[in-house]
Amino acid sequence: MKIDETTDDVCVVVPVFNEAGAVAEVVTALRERFAHVVCVDDGSTDGSDQIARAAGATVLRHAINQGQGAALQTGFDHVLRYTDASYAVTFDADGQHVVDDAVRMVQAARDGNIDVVLASRFTGASTDMPAARRIVLKAGIRFTRWTARLEVTDTHNGLRVLNRRALGRIRLTMPRMAYASELLSAIVPNGLSYVEVPTTVNYTAYSVAKGQTNLNAVNILFDLAVNRMRVT
Amino acid sequence: MTIKVLLIGATLVFGFMTLRERRPATNQAVRRIALLLLVPVGLIAVAFPDTTVWAAHLVGVKRGTDLLLYIFVMTFLFTTLASYQRLHHLERQLVQLTRELALRHDHDAVR
Repeated sequence: MKIDETTDDVCVVVPVFNEAGAVAEVVTALRERFAHVVCVDDGSTDGSDQIARAAGATVLRHAINQGQGAALQTGFDHVLRYTDASYAVTFDADGQHVVDDAVRMVQAARDGNIDVVLASRFTGASTDMPAARRIVLKAGIRFTRWTARLEVTDTHNGLRVLNRRALGRIRLTMPRMAYASELLSAIVPNGLSYVEVPTTVNYTAYSVAKGQTNLNAVNILFDLAVNRMRVT
Repeated sequence: MTIKVLLIGATLVFGFMTLRERRPATNQAVRRIALLLLVPVGLIAVAFPDTTVWAAHLVGVKRGTDLLLYIFVMTFLFTTLASYQRLHHLERQLVQLTRELALRHDHDAVR
């Protein structure tokens, strides 16, 4: 196992919910490049936590399912509280991301001293994206560009790099999948710098079956709309 | 029509309520006051049915039953909203609790 010295200050956070079929491979691939991989098991019932632990990850376990945003925030809190890592990488457990992309993104954050590095599948070379998924994602992007005042081309990509400064300022509280927009919306108001890096998403049969349904976009919009109006 | 003003006003208040994060204590106090008011009003309405007609005319509604329906709808709205907010608040607390458990458990294991 060869670990780049330069990734020793990086902690990869992988939210896991019933990913027994993919998590071992993902953790193993990550561990080849990153020393610290933290899986936040969001109440899986298929033994994902044990598989992830066996594959070499640190596993935090939510006793009950709380949603991906909550799982990520738990991972972020772990990084802030118990490690002195300079960077946190968020990485999906279903194998849709490429580890090399994560490495490149950390490098981009380092080189430009950037707070948040986002991945974009639309400028990269994604494999076989379903057409309906493309339409829903594009609509989401327009919405985020409008609300978060962010010049991004992909808003719901699970691959991100945040430095410690960003971790300290962003707090994910939104239910379900709306946290992705919540995270993006927090960048500009908190004075964080960001950059988007083209990446690849593998739309395997597994990741499509496990992924979000397009209809869930309605839930995301509703959560966001209520939260947006709820400015105390 | 007094009733129109009252109903539109109440609906607007409900709309405003959804958007504001209220403290459960305030919610509970409001609920209790409402309950305290509703019990004697209900008793009077049952004992003297004509009072609902009188009250209805007071706010410009023709029939007492109509007024009761309006009040019922508004009470239902309020209850729904109050429980929605309560659930929302509990959900947030649950997330915090789960997170704290996960973080502590892991830390204990490492030591």
